[in-house]
Amino acid sequence: MKSNYIGKPTSRVDGPLKVTGQAKYAAEFAADGLVYGVVVSGEIAKGSIKNIDVKEALSLKGVLKIFTHENVSGLPWFDKNYKDQDSPAGSPFRPFQDNKIMFSMQPIALVVAETFELARYAASLVKVEYKEDKHETVLMDHLDKAKKAPKGKVGFEEPKSRGNAGDAFKAAEFKVEGEYLHSAEHHNPLEMHATTVVWEDGDKLTVYDKTQGVFNCQQYITKVFGLSTDDVRVLSPFVGGAFGSGLRPQYQVFMAVLASLELKRAVRVSLTRQQMFSFGHRPSSVQRLALSASADGTLQSVKHEAFGETSRFEDYTEIIVNWSGTMYKCENVELKYDLVKLDVFSPLDMRAPGAVTGNHPFESAIDELAYALKMDPLAFRLRNYAEEDQMGGRPYSSKELKACYTQGAAKFGWDKRSIEPRSMRDGNQLIGWGMGTAAWDAQQMLANAKAVLSADGKLFVSSGASDIGTGTYTIMTQIAAETLGLAIEDVTFKLGDTNMPEAPLQGGSWTAASVGSAVKAGCEAVKAQVLKLAKKSKKTPVSGESADDLIIDDGYVLLKKDPSSKISISELMKQAEVGSIEEKAMSGPNPINKLKYTFNTHAAVFAEVKVDEELGTAIVSRVVCAVAAGKIINPKTAGSQIKGAVVWGISKALEEESMMDKNLGRFINHDLYEYHIPVNKDINDIDVIFVEEHDDKVNPLGVKGVGEIGIIAVAGAIANAVFHATGHRVRNLPITMDKVLGLSE
Amino acid sequence: MNSFSYLRAVNVADAVEDINTKNKAKFIAGGTNILDLMKVNVERPEHLTDLTRLPLTEIQNTEDGGLRLGALATNAVTAWNEQVQQRYPLLAKAILAGASAQLRNMATNGGNLFQRTRCYYFYDTATPCNKREPGSGCSAINGYNRIHAVLGTSEHCIATHPSDMCVALAALDAKVNVTGTKGDWVVDFADFHRLPGDQPELDNNLQPGDLVTSIDLPAKTFSKVQYLKLRDRQSYAFAIVSVAAAIELEGGTIKEIQMALGGVAHKPWRDKSAEAMMIGKTPTKENFRLLAETVLATAKGYSYNSFKIELAKRAIVRAFTEALQAV
Ligand SMILES: Cc1cc2nc3c(=O)[nH]c(=O)nc-3n(C[C@H](O)[C@H](O)[C@H](O)COP(=O)(O)OP(=O)(O)OC[C@H]3O[C@@H](n4cnc5c(N)ncnc54)[C@H](O)[C@@H]3O)c2cc1C
Ligand code: SF4
Repeated sequence: MKSNYIGKPTSRVDGPLKVTGQAKYAAEFAADGLVYGVVVSGEIAKGSIKNIDVKEALSLKGVLKIFTHENVSGLPWFDKNYKDQDSPAGSPFRPFQDNKIMFSMQPIALVVAETFELARYAASLVKVEYKEDKHETVLMDHLDKAKKAPKGKVGFEEPKSRGNAGDAFKAAEFKVEGEYLHSAEHHNPLEMHATTVVWEDGDKLTVYDKTQGVFNCQQYITKVFGLSTDDVRVLSPFVGGAFGSGLRPQYQVFMAVLASLELKRAVRVSLTRQQMFSFGHRPSSVQRLALSASADGTLQSVKHEAFGETSRFEDYTEIIVNWSGTMYKCENVELKYDLVKLDVFSPLDMRAPGAVTGNHPFESAIDELAYALKMDPLAFRLRNYAEEDQMGGRPYSSKELKACYTQGAAKFGWDKRSIEPRSMRDGNQLIGWGMGTAAWDAQQMLANAKAVLSADGKLFVSSGASDIGTGTYTIMTQIAAETLGLAIEDVTFKLGDTNMPEAPLQGGSWTAASVGSAVKAGCEAVKAQVLKLAKKSKKTPVSGESADDLIIDDGYVLLKKDPSSKISISELMKQAEVGSIEEKAMSGPNPINKLKYTFNTHAAVFAEVKVDEELGTAIVSRVVCAVAAGKIINPKTAGSQIKGAVVWGISKALEEESMMDKNLGRFINHDLYEYHIPVNKDINDIDVIFVEEHDDKVNPLGVKGVGEIGIIAVAGAIANAVFHATGHRVRNLPITMDKVLGLSE
Repeated sequence: MNSFSYLRAVNVADAVEDINTKNKAKFIAGGTNILDLMKVNVERPEHLTDLTRLPLTEIQNTEDGGLRLGALATNAVTAWNEQVQQRYPLLAKAILAGASAQLRNMATNGGNLFQRTRCYYFYDTATPCNKREPGSGCSAINGYNRIHAVLGTSEHCIATHPSDMCVALAALDAKVNVTGTKGDWVVDFADFHRLPGDQPELDNNLQPGDLVTSIDLPAKTFSKVQYLKLRDRQSYAFAIVSVAAAIELEGGTIKEIQMALGGVAHKPWRDKSAEAMMIGKTPTKENFRLLAETVLATAKGYSYNSFKIELAKRAIVRAFTEALQAV
C-alpha cells in the first residue's frame, strides 16, 4: 500500500525548517520590549556571600534590576513547590534563596538590562565578597563518607543480590578483580539553556523554554510562582539537543519568570557555554568489580560495587549496578550502590544514565575473565547467555541479543580475531578488537494525542511531547499517515506546547512507544469515524460496506475485495457535510504484560582501535553496533540515533571529562576547546544493524525505543579493544595516551 | 561587553601612533584570540587598533634568499603558499596542525605569535592566576595541570605557549621584524618569547604597542622535516607535546639538525647545544633518544603532567624517524 510508512527510511519532516533557519529555539523568539537577563556565577565552592555590591552595575543607564538573595522574597518555602517530575529525593536548588553557596558557579545574581551587551557588561561589575568554607568535591577522596542511597527517586530500584558471591569467588578457579574510575561529564548540546518569557496583563505568561517536557516546566512555574496553569503556556517547538539536560527546569527558567513577573515585561535569559558547567552533570563514579568462573566458562559470581556522587541538597541516584545482575546467567550476585555527598550541583540524567556508567567496568571485567579462561570474549558471553531476566526470572517480551551477536560479529569479521593481546598490528600501530553487550529498558508512559482530519483530507496531529533531535516529528507523522492511510505530505504533526494534549517528559527512550501509541490510537479513532461515514455514504463505491471490508490508503477508502472501487476521504466528508473529524486518545502501558514480562532493548557493539605502540595515541577505526529494539519505525532517524550514540560512546571512552580542580572545587575545563568531544577526524566507520525483533507484548506498535541503547556498551567495547591491542587495561576513563602508555593512572 | 573605541588603521605609522596614544589599547588582527579573551573579561581594552587593512599581507622572497611572511597574511594563506609548501614544508605542516580550517582562515601570522596561553585558570577570572593578575598566585601549580609546562617553569607560572606555527618558526631560526615608536628592529625568534620567571604576565620581550610587521625565514631550507603533534583528539586541540624536526644527512651521518618542542614550555623550546652534540652522529633511534634525554634533562613534572617528559622523548625520536622517511 502507498501509505505504508512505518519501517521506511524517511527524511526528517522538520529538516528543511532546521537547515533554513526557520526552526526557532527558545532564545530566538522575539517579543515587544524584550529585555535581557545575564546570570552572575559564584566563584567559590562552599561558604556564603558576605557582601554583594551591585551599585556600580545598577548605576548604568539601561540596567533595570539586579536580582540577588537580598531582594528576592515572598516565594514559597516548601520543597514540594520546587519539585519537578524528575526530581530526586531532597530539596531542589532554589536560586537567590539565601546567602549560602553550595557549589561552584552557583548563580548568585541576575542582571536585567535593555540590551544583552549591557546586561553582560553590568554583570561583570557586580562585586561579591565571600566567606569561604572547606569544601569536598572529589568523590575518590571521600569514599569513607559513603551512605546507602535512599529510595525516592522515581525509578530508582535498590540493587538486589542473590546467592553468595563472596564464597563462590573464593572457591572459583578463574577470577578477576579491578577498580574503575569515571570522571564527571557535562551536558553540552549545541543549544545552551535559554528561556524567553512573554508577559501580558494579569500576569499571563507565554514561556519559550529549552526543555524535554513543556508540562513539567509549566507545573514547576505554576507551583513556584503561584500561578494557574491557564495563565502559563509553555512552548518548546525545537530543542537543539538535550539528552537529559532539559528534563528538569533549569535555573534560567526560574530567573526569566521571576524577572518577567517583577518587571512586567518580556525577559530572556540564556546561559553561556561556561555556565553549562554550572548545573547537573553525569556523576563521576568509583566502581569495584570481582568476577569468577569455572573452567568450563560458567560465570560463577558477580560482585559489583559502585560509589556515586550527589549534592548536599538532593540524593541523585542512578541504576549503575543492577544491570550487572541481569546481563548474564549467574547464580551468585552481589550488588552494592552507595552515595557520597559532595559540594557540587545535583547530578542529572545523561543519555542512558547509570547504565553507561556501570557497563564499562562490568563489560571490561567480563572481557578480562574471558582472557583468564583463554576463551573468546564472544564465546564466553554466549556461554552465559541469559534467556530470561535474571532479576526475578521473568521472561523477556522479546530478546534478539543472539541475533545482534551473530549479525554484528559477521559484519565486523570477528571470527578473524586472534585471541592473544598484542597479536595484531600494522607498522607502529597495534590493532585491537573488543566487544561489549548492552541492555536498556523499553518503557512506555501515559501519553495523549489529538488528531483532526479536515474536509480537504489534511490531518493535523498534536501532542505536547518534545523532539530533542531524535526525530519525533518525523516518526509521529509516519505513524499517523500509515494508521489513517494518508499520503505523508497530508499529515502535519506538532508538539511542544502545553495547549496540546499532555505527553510525558522526553527521556528514557520512551517517546516513540508512548507518544507513538497515543498518536496511533487517536488516528485509529478518526479512521473509525471515516469508515462509519463510508458505510453511511449514499451512492458511493463503498456505501453500506462495513469497516472490516474497507481499507484506507493514500487518502482513499477502498473496497478490500476490489481496490479499484474507491472514493476519497474528502469527498466522503463533503457528502456528509462533516467539516472535520476530531479525536483525542490516551495510551498507556498494558498493566498485565508489565507484570508478566521484562521489556528490554539489547545491543552488541564491536570496536576496532589502532593504538600507536610508542606514543599511546588511540583511534577508533571502526565500530559495528547491532541493536535489537523491536520495530524500527524509521531506520534513517533511528540509525542516526545509534550513530550519534556511538560517537558519544567514543567520546566517553577516549576524550570526554570534566576536570575538577580539587583546591577550588570547580570544574575547570569549562568550555569546548578544553572539554573535548569528538571532531570529524575522530570518527571513522560506524555500521548500524537493526536485527529483526518482533514484539507484540511491549506496546501496540511493537516499538522499544532507540535513544539510549546505542551508547551503553561503546566505551567498554573500546576499552576491551585497547586491551586487546596493547595488553594494558586502562580502568580510568577517558583512555588518553598517557594512560595507554602507563605513564599516568 | 565593556565598551571600547576602535580605529581601523590603514598604514603602519598610523597603527603605531594610534596604539601608543590611546589608553589601554590593543591591536586586533584576525580576532580569534583577542575577542575570545574579551568575552571572558580576561582582556578589557579601552581601545582597539584594527590591523587588518595594513598592507602587510604579502609573502615574498627576501634579498638574502629567504622568505618574508607578512604579519597580516592569514595562517591559511601562508600554509598553502607555494614557496612555503616547497621550501618550508615544516612550517606548512605546523600551521596545518593547528586549530581548524575556519580559524586558520581568520588567524594572522602576527596574531599567532601573540596568542596567549590556554591555561584553564588564565581564562577563568574566578581563579587566581599570576599571568592574568600578577601577584594573585598560580592555580595550576597545585591544581589540574595536565596541559602545563615541564621545562623552564617558575614558581609563579607553569603555562605553555600554545602555538604550533611558532614551534616551526623557532626550529627554522626565523626572525621577527618589529616596528615601534623607537623605529624598526629585528628579533631572533629564540628571543621573541620569554620564560615566565617572576613576571609571568609578560609572554614576550616586546613592549606593549610594538607592531610585528613580518616574519623572515632564512635562506637555508631543510627537505627532511616532520611536525609531530600529540593531542587529546585527532584535530582541533592544542598540543600536549609537539616536535618540529628538521635534519640533513651527509654520508650517513647527521650534517645539520634543528628542533623545537611545543606544549612543554612558556616558549617554543630549543636546545642548540643538544643539537650541536648530534652533528656527525649516525641517525639511529638510540642517538635521537640521546638527543631527547639531553633536551629533557632539566624537565620537571607536576601532579598531572609528568607523563609529558617521557612522551616528549618518544615524540622526538618518532619525529626524526619520520622526517628521515620523507622524500
Ligand atoms: C578554538 C581554537 C583553537 C585553536 N587551536 C590552535 C592550535 O591548535 N594551534 C595553534 O597554533 N593555534 C590555535 N589557535 C589559536 C590561533 O592560532 C590564534 O588565535 C591566532 O593565530 C591568533 O591570530 P589572530 O590574527 O586572530 O590574532 P588576534 O586575536 O587578532 O590577536 C591576538 C593578539 O595578538 C596581537 N597582535 C595581532 N597582530 C599583531 C601584530 N601584527 N603585531 C603585534 N601584535 C599583534 C593582538 O593585539 C592580540 O593581543 C586556536 C584558537 C581557537 C579559538
Ligand atoms: S600557569 Fe600561569 S597562566 Fe596558568 S594559572 Fe599559573 S600563572 Fe596563571
